Amino acid sequence: MTGEASVAAGSTIDALGQFELHPVLGSLGEALRFSQSPLFMLIAVVLVLAFLFIGMRPASVVPGRLQAAAEIGYDFIHDLAIGTMGEEGTAFFPFVFALFFFILAGNYLGLLPFSFTYTSHIAVTLALAVTVFLISILASLRFQGLGFFKHFMPAGAPVWLSPLLVPIEILSFLSRPVSLSIRLFANMVAGHVLLEVFAGFTIMLAGLGFFGHILAVAPIAINIALTALELLVGVLQAYVFAILTCIYLREAVAH
Amino acid sequence: MHRTPRLFLFAAPLAAVPGRAVAAGMPQLNVHDPLLIGQVVWGAVIFAGFYIVLSRSALPRIERVLSNRRTRIQNDLDIARRAKAESDRASAELLSTRHEAAAQARANVERIQNEARLSAETHARETAKRLEADIANAEARIAQSREQALSSLPAIATGTAQNLVSRLIGEQDEQTIASAVKRVSA
Repeated sequence: MTGEASVAAGSTIDALGQFELHPVLGSLGEALRFSQSPLFMLIAVVLVLAFLFIGMRPASVVPGRLQAAAEIGYDFIHDLAIGTMGEEGTAFFPFVFALFFFILAGNYLGLLPFSFTYTSHIAVTLALAVTVFLISILASLRFQGLGFFKHFMPAGAPVWLSPLLVPIEILSFLSRPVSLSIRLFANMVAGHVLLEVFAGFTIMLAGLGFFGHILAVAPIAINIALTALELLVGVLQAYVFAILTCIYLREAVAH
Repeated sequence: MHRTPRLFLFAAPLAAVPGRAVAAGMPQLNVHDPLLIGQVVWGAVIFAGFYIVLSRSALPRIERVLSNRRTRIQNDLDIARRAKAESDRASAELLSTRHEAAAQARANVERIQNEARLSAETHARETAKRLEADIANAEARIAQSREQALSSLPAIATGTAQNLVSRLIGEQDEQTIASAVKRVSA
């Protein structure tokens, strides 16, 4: 959410302005199409890598705090990925790790004032979901060959139902990237719009004089609670995205 | 779970707030914005770089540390297990050695006792034999002395009797006295 909670003329709340893209670095950013969104992606990636590299620098047998934190992050995603995909999916572990921390860092960075939430852009989440979708298709064809297409006819179902079942299965398969991307996008947008709206309420109420000043505390309290909720949603959505990716890839590598 | 009330809360103020906010639409859906496509391209580049650094450097580094730790713990456990086996073996050896030593000591004691008993028996037998011989000698000597004494007895008795008789009556009949002594001692 941007700190520029623009309350136009004190009566309307521009809840969506925070999602607008602005070029950074002046004309260079404009020429390179470099907005604050990729800037925050870069910050998120640098932060995650710094966390891992600085944390693992001691590489000691008995880890310190930061190293233990980095190892917990590694173990968490490793257990998630290998536990879901099995040993055959080890090759996809770095991908799942990258996805989880890319999304998590984006969600959490967005909660800081004056920052930008790149996961609130459908273009970004859709690109991630399509990447997952394409990788799972390629992995399926690589590991199972044409047997991959058998998945569209559920085993054990009567053959005469196939004209109905196969289109349904194909549809549900194709809807995966859509649901995957919209789930993350909608959650982030909803959370940030709510934060902005209640922040706007505070400013509006503050304009009403003494009682307004007192009442304005209520939206602030709600925003504090919403921020706590967003911290939960941020990690939950990253986790959901990662585990669904693992499930799709499990179907691809294990048959 | 929390999505329905959230979406409602999200929609309510949008409906309540007229004008610019709704009319402008969501900036995320403004496909004519070159920055929208730009962020996808940049995002792809950044994500790819992130993935490459992670998979080539960061994650293998953590994996190395973790596997080093696993190996080290395993090695330490192995060393501990080996040491325990060795100490078990040493203690078993000690125990068996002690058993052996005790058995040997018992055998030694028994042997020495036997030897002592045997030598004591031999000694006793020899002593007894010697004593028996001594006794026999002594008995023979006694018998001899007795015989001697007995054989000299009549002469002594006769002599004594003669003395007594000569003192009493002043005369002596050797023949009579000898026969009387013989009669008495017979």
